[in-house]
Amino acid sequence: MPELDSVMLSRLLTAMTLGFHIIFATLGVGVPLLISGAEWIGIRRKDEHYRLLARRWTRGFVVTVAVGVVTGTCIGLQLSLLWPSFMEVAGQVIGLPLFLETFAFFFEAIFLGIYLYTWDRFKNPYYHWLISVPVVIGSTASAFFISTVNAFMNAPTGFELKNGEIVDIQPLVAMFNPATPTKASHVISTAYMTAAFVLAAITAFLILRKGKSEYYKKALHFTMLTGFVFAIATAIIGDFSGKYLAEYQPEKLAAAEWHFETEKGADLIVGGVLNEDGEVEHELRIPNALSILAHADPNSEVIGLEEFPEDETAPLFIHYLFDVMVGIGMFLVFLSGLYLLFVKWRKGNPYWRPLLWTIVASGPLAILAIEAGWIFSEVGRQPWVLWHMMKTSEGATTSEHVGQMFILFAALYILLGTICTTVLLKMFRKNPAETEFEQMKKR
Amino acid sequence: MEIQLLGITVLWIFLYGYLIVASIDFGAGFFAYYGRITKKDHIINNIISRYLSPVWEVTNVFFVFFFVGLVGFFPSTAYYYGTALLVPGSIGLVLLAIRGSFYAFGNYGAKDSNLYMFLYGATGLLIPASLSTALTISEGGFMVEEGGTVVFLVKELFTSFYSWSVVFLAIVSVLYISSMFLTFYASKAKDLPALELLRKYALFWSPPTILASFLVFMSLKNHNPEHFQNMLDYSYLFMLSLFCFLTAVWLVYRKVRYGTAFLFVMLQFFFAFFGYGVSHLPYILYPYITLDTGFTNETMGIALVIAFIAGLFLLIPSLYLIMKMFLFDAKYVQGDRVK
Repeated sequence: MPELDSVMLSRLLTAMTLGFHIIFATLGVGVPLLISGAEWIGIRRKDEHYRLLARRWTRGFVVTVAVGVVTGTCIGLQLSLLWPSFMEVAGQVIGLPLFLETFAFFFEAIFLGIYLYTWDRFKNPYYHWLISVPVVIGSTASAFFISTVNAFMNAPTGFELKNGEIVDIQPLVAMFNPATPTKASHVISTAYMTAAFVLAAITAFLILRKGKSEYYKKALHFTMLTGFVFAIATAIIGDFSGKYLAEYQPEKLAAAEWHFETEKGADLIVGGVLNEDGEVEHELRIPNALSILAHADPNSEVIGLEEFPEDETAPLFIHYLFDVMVGIGMFLVFLSGLYLLFVKWRKGNPYWRPLLWTIVASGPLAILAIEAGWIFSEVGRQPWVLWHMMKTSEGATTSEHVGQMFILFAALYILLGTICTTVLLKMFRKNPAETEFEQMKKR
Repeated sequence: MEIQLLGITVLWIFLYGYLIVASIDFGAGFFAYYGRITKKDHIINNIISRYLSPVWEVTNVFFVFFFVGLVGFFPSTAYYYGTALLVPGSIGLVLLAIRGSFYAFGNYGAKDSNLYMFLYGATGLLIPASLSTALTISEGGFMVEEGGTVVFLVKELFTSFYSWSVVFLAIVSVLYISSMFLTFYASKAKDLPALELLRKYALFWSPPTILASFLVFMSLKNHNPEHFQNMLDYSYLFMLSLFCFLTAVWLVYRKVRYGTAFLFVMLQFFFAFFGYGVSHLPYILYPYITLDTGFTNETMGIALVIAFIAGLFLLIPSLYLIMKMFLFDAKYVQGDRVK
């Protein structure tokens, strides 16, 4: 067992804050796109159902945004509080995207405020819809900028270290480092995908409970279609990410895949466990698939873990996380594809109860995949905080109070999580869609 | 202008912006709760929530902007402040998190919860106290660097007269700024009962504010004589500040021109805040970080300034838009468009 020193505690506290924050951050990036889309369809087709959908989603969204904002503020400051030495070095190189991220956030905050309080203020309904556009742009842009910071930690470029001094800084090179394209696009597309499946899950649950009204049918179709599009996009980007890892971070890929020896035509290992001798048991092997994932060539050579010093590779449990992430991703493509097939195919019943129950499960599963993917990505670059430049242990605070702070924040997140859930449930139970639709028609 | 100076000026402007908007917000939370327990909530709470609902998130961004900018322009502040402020910073964060999320829970979700109101009101006074610690520390004397690590002298901070006078100033000026603003907002809404009540609060909190300012002056003289001497060189700024204070209070007392009065409140804090800031230079954190030693590299400095200017082109029209819709739109302010 690793000892609970301030380095370990700082890691745990950062992991806890991020783990809690990304649930709300992912929804914060994804849901505005769906709200904006629903409102646009509603106006264009003069379909009050879609406009009500946008309204109701927005109302729930504000509550999650609040938690996202406050936990985002927490992680923003914790970077400096828990990793002062790291921030002193990295701040000089990645100050720009961090700064830009707050601009994007600012932009989003202003227009979200306006959007919320101007539903019936304009004669032309498109004006109100237009206000949602900066909200979508702002939230996506902030996801992009913050992903470039994380990408930089995986592929630090745009500066040189000479005798411990940072010289030759190029902020744009640091921002658009080799990891940026795959990382940022993966983060954004999974956020859109996850938001779609979470909303689809809620809708499916309500159909199961209350039967299928026009309103719910439209909601389910809209979310599942969006979910399908972004699940496919995520799969394609995921494949690029694999190729990125093979080229730039081969030890991360090798640890994720339990690929110990460098070889040509490498197998992809699915599932399995490691026994005490470090051998893989009970696994499913897909011949040559790892070579395809790494280099798009079934006979290409994939570098194994043996090539790296043992104290510079990540813990091997990340294999499970990788499998969870990819497995759920594949499952979501399949599930949404099946739903669409049932819609198109005349004999299919898209409201078949087992299918609906599976859709209910897809929301939490998508969130689980987000968590697994992030833990895989972050733990996979251990022991480095700056890849091949600065070890995590060199960046942490020396304060003795991290343990107490961990407990303080754990209590905070439990409190926020519980009350947020209660408030959301109460909000929608008290005011069902049917009554609201009737009220809307009267106006 | 040197780029370092430009950098710190940008940050100082944002901190000033936060000071004003956050004070309004923090104080409003307190008054809303106070109104509830004194059974006056029906008079003032509509005014308060009409203003706060669309802007609370924007207020929070001012704060994020400041600390991200500070680390960007002056990365070594992350090292010193980061190590020293772990405990007070974390407590401040938890309070901010409770306040922000409970505002949303209360206003968009479960309405009329006394507990949520209490949390919202109480944190509004504790946050300025905990955030002002950062400014207190910047005067030096509360941390030492020993054997490569920074040690925060908690006991010194808690027993210092200077630090308590700053806390006192932070709390009373929050209540003063907020009540002055809400008085103006109520007058715009033509809500006479609310105006009468808030005007009383504003007049009540004005003497403690000026008293606290003098206390901070006096205690700084003992704590950091060098800074105090520098302040005397800029004494005209503090005189201007005093003049603005007297004008603002006089206008409110005479029940005329509440908008102008609030403008003078903003000027009062502008002069005092910039007088304090400019006399603090060249130190960012006395005596460890100065404007020159703490500044990031030239390239990043320029990139940040460019990003800042580009960002302003986006922000200023947007801020204007939100103010036009919720602050200067008579119909909205009077409650006609609240749905």
